[in-house]
Amino acid sequence: MADGVKPRVKVPKTASAGEAVTIKTLISHQMESGQRKDKEGNTIPRSIINRFVVDFNGQNVIDVTLEPAISTNPYFEFEAIVPESGDFTFTWYDDDGSVYEETKSVEVS
Amino acid sequence: MKLTRRETLFIGMGAVVAATVPLPALASVEDAVAAFTGGADVGSGGITLSTPEIAENGNTVPVEVSAPGAVSIMLLAAGNPNPDVGTFNFGPLAASQTASTRIRLAGTQDVVAVAKMADGSFVRTANEVKVTIGGCGG
Repeated sequence: MADGVKPRVKVPKTASAGEAVTIKTLISHQMESGQRKDKEGNTIPRSIINRFVVDFNGQNVIDVTLEPAISTNPYFEFEAIVPESGDFTFTWYDDDGSVYEETKSVEVS
Repeated sequence: MKLTRRETLFIGMGAVVAATVPLPALASVEDAVAAFTGGADVGSGGITLSTPEIAENGNTVPVEVSAPGAVSIMLLAAGNPNPDVGTFNFGPLAASQTASTRIRLAGTQDVVAVAKMADGSFVRTANEVKVTIGGCGG
């Protein structure tokens, strides 16, 4: 399942050193729970994103384990400290082995 | 054995209560909490869970959990077919131990949050969410 998976991330472009910034992330994904049935009554197999990791210059910010109870198009909002200029890397791990990545740079002024 | 009318009524009521209280689901929440805490005592306080009182659509219920000083927070939905919702692990660059997301709820139920603090202690809290339309397909 790699159709139409599109990560969207909102990070401020600039911050002051040590500032806490709010990050909002959303990735379009159907998050098939494995509980639903199709018209013939067959269970639709589970297909979700099971892990989401955010790092800043190699240091971990948040690491989320997702279960089928997370809604379609998983959305997360959290706060991170920006000690210096650098890159946030966002990584989503799909059940089918796909990995979706997104990078955002932050400039410390 | 012959049942009187009153006894029959009581048996009927008992069956209704047994049908409405999801005992296996409650047990699995306790199992999940025990697996997370390793059987340690779970206190209360120091953790805030924000949920809507009434969710019209159980497919996407916004929740926010905050526990200052926590290293990880686990969310559980007591009335879902599988109570696990997700676990947030906070790294050294997390500015606050707060996270928001959107979850699925099968029906009116308690949402439980358990936080592991930096000193190894655990706290938990729970909020009831009334769901108008459940969110687990079917």
